[in-house]
Amino acid sequence: MTTARIPLLHRYANPAAFGRLAAKVLPWTTALAILLLGLGSYFALFASPPDYQQGESVRIMYVHVPAAIMSEVVYGMMAAAAVAGIIWKHALADLFVKAAAPLGAAFTFVCLVAGSLWGKPMWGAWWVWDARLTSELILFFLYLGYLALVDAFDDPQRGLRAGAILVLVGVVDLPIIKFSVDWWNTLHQPASLMTLSGPKVDPSMLLPLMLMIGGFMAFFVSVVVLRLESELLARRIRAWRTATSEE
Amino acid sequence: MIDFTTFFSMGGYGAYVWPAYGLTALAFAGMLGWTLLTLKSRRREEQALSAAGRNKRSRRGVKS
Repeated sequence: MTTARIPLLHRYANPAAFGRLAAKVLPWTTALAILLLGLGSYFALFASPPDYQQGESVRIMYVHVPAAIMSEVVYGMMAAAAVAGIIWKHALADLFVKAAAPLGAAFTFVCLVAGSLWGKPMWGAWWVWDARLTSELILFFLYLGYLALVDAFDDPQRGLRAGAILVLVGVVDLPIIKFSVDWWNTLHQPASLMTLSGPKVDPSMLLPLMLMIGGFMAFFVSVVVLRLESELLARRIRAWRTATSEE
Repeated sequence: MIDFTTFFSMGGYGAYVWPAYGLTALAFAGMLGWTLLTLKSRRREEQALSAAGRNKRSRRGVKS
Protein backbone atom coordinates (compact mmCIF):
# COMPACT_ATOMS: atom_id res chain seq x y z
CA MET A 1 0.00 0.00 0.00
CA THR A 2 2.73 2.45 0.92
CA THR A 3 4.80 2.02 -2.24
CA ALA A 4 1.77 2.44 -4.49
CA ARG A 5 0.88 5.75 -2.80
CA ILE A 6 4.13 7.48 -3.71
CA PRO A 7 4.93 6.54 -7.30
CA LEU A 8 6.79 9.80 -7.97
CA LEU A 9 9.63 9.14 -5.60
CA HIS A 10 12.74 7.21 -6.38
CA ARG A 11 12.94 3.73 -4.94
CA TYR A 12 15.15 4.37 -1.91
CA ALA A 13 13.57 7.73 -1.17
CA ASN A 14 10.78 5.58 0.30
CA PRO A 15 11.55 5.26 4.04
CA ALA A 16 10.54 1.59 4.14
CA ALA A 17 12.76 0.65 1.18
CA PHE A 18 15.61 2.72 2.56
CA GLY A 19 15.10 1.14 5.98
CA ARG A 20 15.56 -2.32 4.46
CA LEU A 21 18.75 -1.20 2.71
CA ALA A 22 19.98 0.39 5.95
CA ALA A 23 19.31 -2.82 7.87
CA LYS A 24 21.65 -4.66 5.49
CA VAL A 25 24.47 -2.10 5.66
CA LEU A 26 24.36 -1.06 9.32
CA PRO A 27 25.47 -4.29 11.05
CA TRP A 28 28.69 -4.28 9.00
CA THR A 29 29.57 -0.60 9.35
CA THR A 30 28.70 -0.62 13.06
CA ALA A 31 30.85 -3.69 13.74
CA LEU A 32 33.69 -2.15 11.74
CA ALA A 33 33.40 1.14 13.65
CA ILE A 34 33.50 -0.60 17.05
CA LEU A 35 36.42 -2.82 16.01
CA LEU A 36 38.53 -0.06 14.47
CA LEU A 37 37.83 2.56 17.16
CA GLY A 38 38.51 -0.02 19.91
CA LEU A 39 41.78 -1.24 18.39
CA GLY A 40 42.72 2.30 17.37
CA SER A 41 42.23 3.67 20.90
CA TYR A 42 44.25 0.81 22.37
CA PHE A 43 47.19 1.46 20.06
CA ALA A 44 46.80 5.24 20.34
CA LEU A 45 46.87 5.30 24.15
CA PHE A 46 48.85 2.18 25.15
CA ALA A 47 50.69 0.39 22.38
CA SER A 48 52.44 3.21 20.55
CA PRO A 49 55.63 5.05 21.50
CA PRO A 50 55.84 8.66 22.70
CA ASP A 51 57.36 11.08 20.18
CA TYR A 52 61.08 11.81 20.56
CA GLN A 53 60.36 15.55 20.56
CA GLN A 54 56.74 15.90 21.64
CA GLY A 55 56.60 13.12 24.25
CA GLU A 56 53.16 11.79 25.15
CA SER A 57 51.39 14.88 23.75
CA VAL A 58 51.71 13.29 20.31
CA ARG A 59 48.78 11.01 21.23
CA ILE A 60 46.44 13.95 20.54
CA MET A 61 47.34 13.39 16.88
CA TYR A 62 45.27 10.17 16.81
CA VAL A 63 42.03 12.12 17.32
CA HIS A 64 43.06 15.46 15.77
CA VAL A 65 44.19 14.15 12.37
CA PRO A 66 41.23 11.75 11.77
CA ALA A 67 38.81 14.54 12.77
CA ALA A 68 40.58 16.94 10.38
CA ILE A 69 40.40 14.41 7.53
CA MET A 70 36.70 13.78 8.22
CA SER A 71 35.96 17.52 8.31
CA GLU A 72 37.20 17.75 4.70
CA VAL A 73 35.96 14.38 3.41
CA VAL A 74 32.43 14.95 4.74
CA TYR A 75 32.30 18.41 3.18
CA GLY A 76 33.56 16.96 -0.12
CA MET A 77 30.82 14.31 -0.04
CA MET A 78 28.23 16.99 0.73
CA ALA A 79 29.43 19.04 -2.24
CA ALA A 80 29.20 16.00 -4.55
CA ALA A 81 25.70 15.24 -3.25
CA ALA A 82 24.72 18.91 -3.69
CA VAL A 83 25.72 18.69 -7.37
CA ALA A 84 23.74 15.46 -7.77
CA GLY A 85 20.75 17.04 -6.04
CA ILE A 86 20.79 20.10 -8.29
CA ILE A 87 21.34 18.23 -11.59
CA TRP A 88 19.30 15.03 -11.12
CA LYS A 89 16.88 16.28 -8.44
CA HIS A 90 17.35 13.07 -6.52
CA ALA A 91 15.66 13.43 -3.12
CA LEU A 92 18.24 11.26 -1.35
CA ALA A 93 21.12 13.46 -2.56
CA ASP A 94 19.51 16.61 -1.11
CA LEU A 95 18.76 14.85 2.15
CA PHE A 96 22.28 13.40 2.37
CA VAL A 97 23.69 16.94 2.47
CA LYS A 98 21.38 17.79 5.37
CA ALA A 99 22.02 14.49 7.17
CA ALA A 100 25.81 14.78 6.94
CA ALA A 101 26.17 18.47 7.87
CA PRO A 102 25.89 18.22 11.69
CA LEU A 103 28.38 15.32 11.66
CA GLY A 104 30.85 17.32 9.58
CA ALA A 105 30.43 20.25 11.96
CA ALA A 106 31.12 17.97 14.95
CA PHE A 107 34.29 16.54 13.35
CA THR A 108 35.49 20.06 12.53
CA PHE A 109 34.86 21.16 16.12
CA VAL A 110 36.80 18.16 17.48
CA CYS A 111 39.65 18.91 15.05
CA LEU A 112 39.84 22.55 16.15
CA VAL A 113 39.64 21.92 19.91
CA ALA A 114 41.97 18.90 19.91
CA GLY A 115 44.37 20.93 17.77
CA SER A 116 44.18 23.77 20.26
CA LEU A 117 44.89 21.35 23.13
CA TRP A 118 47.93 20.14 21.20
CA GLY A 119 49.05 23.64 20.21
CA LYS A 120 49.21 25.00 23.75
CA PRO A 121 51.95 22.66 25.07
CA MET A 122 53.82 22.42 21.72
CA TRP A 123 53.61 25.96 20.32
CA GLY A 124 52.85 27.81 23.52
CA ALA A 125 49.58 29.13 22.10
CA TRP A 126 45.99 27.85 22.06
CA TRP A 127 45.37 29.59 18.77
CA VAL A 128 47.27 31.45 16.05
CA TRP A 129 45.78 33.06 12.97
CA ASP A 130 47.86 31.11 10.51
CA ALA A 131 46.42 30.01 7.16
CA ARG A 132 45.74 26.37 8.13
CA LEU A 133 43.91 27.17 11.36
CA THR A 134 41.98 30.07 9.86
CA SER A 135 40.81 28.13 6.79
CA GLU A 136 39.70 25.21 9.02
CA LEU A 137 37.76 27.69 11.20
CA ILE A 138 36.08 29.01 8.04
CA LEU A 139 35.08 25.42 7.22
CA PHE A 140 33.41 25.22 10.65
CA PHE A 141 31.48 28.43 9.89
CA LEU A 142 30.45 27.02 6.49
CA TYR A 143 28.92 24.01 8.27
CA LEU A 144 27.13 26.27 10.77
CA GLY A 145 25.95 28.54 7.96
CA TYR A 146 24.51 25.57 6.09
CA LEU A 147 22.70 24.33 9.22
CA ALA A 148 21.17 27.77 9.82
CA LEU A 149 20.17 28.23 6.17
CA VAL A 150 18.63 24.81 5.51
CA ASP A 151 15.95 25.33 8.17
CA ALA A 152 15.34 29.02 7.45
CA PHE A 153 12.62 28.50 4.81
CA ASP A 154 8.95 27.58 5.18
CA ASP A 155 9.32 25.29 2.17
CA PRO A 156 11.90 22.61 3.13
CA GLN A 157 12.74 22.07 -0.54
CA ARG A 158 13.84 25.68 -0.91
CA GLY A 159 15.98 25.34 2.22
CA LEU A 160 17.71 22.28 0.78
CA ARG A 161 18.32 24.10 -2.52
CA ALA A 162 19.72 27.24 -0.86
CA GLY A 163 21.89 25.07 1.41
CA ALA A 164 23.24 23.10 -1.56
CA ILE A 165 24.30 26.34 -3.25
CA LEU A 166 26.07 27.51 -0.08
CA VAL A 167 27.91 24.18 0.14
CA LEU A 168 29.07 24.54 -3.48
CA VAL A 169 30.28 28.12 -2.98
CA GLY A 170 32.18 27.04 0.14
CA VAL A 171 33.92 24.14 -1.59
CA VAL A 172 36.70 26.58 -2.58
CA ASP A 173 37.84 26.37 1.07
CA LEU A 174 38.84 22.69 0.73
CA PRO A 175 41.93 23.15 -1.49
CA ILE A 176 42.84 26.23 0.57
CA ILE A 177 42.90 24.11 3.74
CA LYS A 178 44.84 21.32 2.03
CA PHE A 179 47.52 23.51 0.45
CA SER A 180 47.60 26.29 3.07
CA VAL A 181 50.68 24.71 4.66
CA ASP A 182 52.52 24.84 1.31
CA TRP A 183 51.29 28.22 0.06
CA TRP A 184 51.92 30.16 3.25
CA ASN A 185 54.47 30.09 6.01
CA THR A 186 52.27 28.49 8.68
CA LEU A 187 53.03 27.56 12.27
CA HIS A 188 51.03 24.39 11.54
CA GLN A 189 53.30 21.67 10.16
CA PRO A 190 53.06 20.59 6.50
CA ALA A 191 51.52 17.28 5.40
CA SER A 192 53.09 14.05 6.71
CA LEU A 193 50.55 11.51 5.43
CA MET A 194 49.55 12.52 1.92
CA THR A 195 52.90 13.48 0.47
CA LEU A 196 54.25 12.63 -2.98
CA SER A 197 56.82 10.28 -1.45
CA GLY A 198 54.24 8.50 0.76
CA PRO A 199 53.58 8.80 4.50
CA LYS A 200 56.48 10.18 6.52
CA VAL A 201 55.15 8.75 9.80
CA ASP A 202 56.83 5.80 11.54
CA PRO A 203 54.83 2.52 11.21
CA SER A 204 54.36 2.37 15.02
CA MET A 205 52.41 5.65 14.81
CA LEU A 206 50.94 5.09 11.34
CA LEU A 207 49.06 1.98 12.51
CA PRO A 208 46.98 3.67 15.26
CA LEU A 209 46.43 6.65 12.98
CA MET A 210 45.09 4.48 10.13
CA LEU A 211 42.90 2.45 12.52
CA MET A 212 41.39 5.66 13.90
CA ILE A 213 40.82 7.17 10.44
CA GLY A 214 39.02 3.95 9.41
CA GLY A 215 37.03 3.97 12.66
CA PHE A 216 35.94 7.60 12.21
CA MET A 217 34.89 6.79 8.64
CA ALA A 218 32.88 3.69 9.59
CA PHE A 219 31.24 5.62 12.44
CA PHE A 220 30.27 8.40 10.03
CA VAL A 221 28.75 5.96 7.52
CA SER A 222 26.70 4.25 10.26
CA VAL A 223 25.35 7.47 11.72
CA VAL A 224 24.69 9.16 8.38
CA VAL A 225 22.64 6.15 7.23
CA LEU A 226 20.51 6.45 10.38
CA ARG A 227 20.17 10.20 9.83
CA LEU A 228 19.11 9.69 6.21
CA GLU A 229 16.35 7.33 7.35
CA SER A 230 15.37 9.94 9.90
CA GLU A 231 15.20 12.71 7.26
CA LEU A 232 13.09 10.50 4.98
CA LEU A 233 10.69 9.87 7.88
CA ALA A 234 10.47 13.60 8.61
CA ARG A 235 9.53 14.22 4.99
CA ARG A 236 6.94 11.46 5.15
CA ILE A 237 5.46 12.94 8.34
CA ARG A 238 5.19 16.36 6.67
CA ALA A 239 3.44 14.77 3.70
CA TRP A 240 0.93 13.00 6.00
CA ARG A 241 0.24 16.25 7.85
CA THR A 242 -0.28 18.21 4.62
CA ALA A 243 -2.62 15.50 3.34
CA THR A 244 -4.65 15.59 6.58
CA SER A 245 -4.94 19.38 6.70
CA GLU A 246 -6.14 19.50 3.07
CA GLU A 247 -9.04 17.09 3.68
CA MET B 1 49.90 -4.40 36.43
CA ILE B 2 49.64 -1.03 34.71
CA ASP B 3 50.93 1.94 36.65
CA PHE B 4 47.86 4.16 36.44
CA THR B 5 49.41 7.28 37.91
CA THR B 6 52.07 7.30 35.20
CA PHE B 7 49.49 6.45 32.56
CA PHE B 8 47.11 9.27 33.49
CA SER B 9 49.88 11.84 33.84
CA MET B 10 50.86 11.23 30.17
CA GLY B 11 54.39 12.43 30.77
CA GLY B 12 53.06 15.74 32.11
CA TYR B 13 50.70 16.25 29.16
CA GLY B 14 47.65 14.63 30.80
CA ALA B 15 45.86 17.98 31.05
CA TYR B 16 45.95 18.22 27.24
CA VAL B 17 45.70 14.58 26.10
CA TRP B 18 42.70 13.57 28.23
CA PRO B 19 40.45 16.54 27.40
CA ALA B 20 41.15 15.87 23.68
CA TYR B 21 40.05 12.23 23.99
CA GLY B 22 37.16 13.16 26.32
CA LEU B 23 35.81 15.70 23.86
CA THR B 24 36.10 13.20 21.01
CA ALA B 25 34.19 10.54 22.98
CA LEU B 26 31.56 13.12 23.94
CA ALA B 27 31.16 14.25 20.32
CA PHE B 28 30.73 10.65 19.13
CA ALA B 29 28.19 9.90 21.88
CA GLY B 30 26.37 13.13 21.07
CA MET B 31 26.16 12.45 17.33
CA LEU B 32 24.90 8.90 17.85
CA GLY B 33 22.58 9.63 20.78
CA TRP B 34 20.90 12.66 19.19
CA THR B 35 20.47 10.77 15.91
CA LEU B 36 18.89 7.72 17.60
CA LEU B 37 16.51 9.82 19.75
CA THR B 38 15.25 11.78 16.74
CA LEU B 39 14.95 8.63 14.64
CA LYS B 40 12.90 6.81 17.29
CA SER B 41 10.46 9.66 17.84
CA ARG B 42 9.98 10.06 14.07
CA ARG B 43 9.39 6.33 13.62
CA ARG B 44 6.69 6.47 16.30
CA GLU B 45 5.06 9.57 14.80
CA GLU B 46 5.09 8.16 11.27
CA GLN B 47 3.47 4.93 12.46
CA ALA B 48 0.79 6.83 14.38
CA LEU B 49 0.00 9.05 11.38
CA SER B 50 -0.16 6.20 8.89
CA ALA B 51 -2.39 4.19 11.28
CA ALA B 52 -4.68 7.22 11.68
CA GLY B 53 -4.83 7.57 7.89
CA ARG B 54 -5.82 3.91 7.49
CA ASN B 55 -8.57 4.16 10.13
CA LYS B 56 -10.06 7.24 8.51
CA ARG B 57 -10.23 5.56 5.11
CA SER B 58 -11.75 2.35 6.50
CA ARG B 59 -14.35 4.32 8.49
CA ARG B 60 -15.37 6.13 5.33
CA GLY B 61 -15.56 2.75 3.60
CA VAL B 62 -18.01 1.44 6.25
CA LYS B 63 -20.26 4.50 6.00
CA SER B 64 -20.81 4.44 2.22
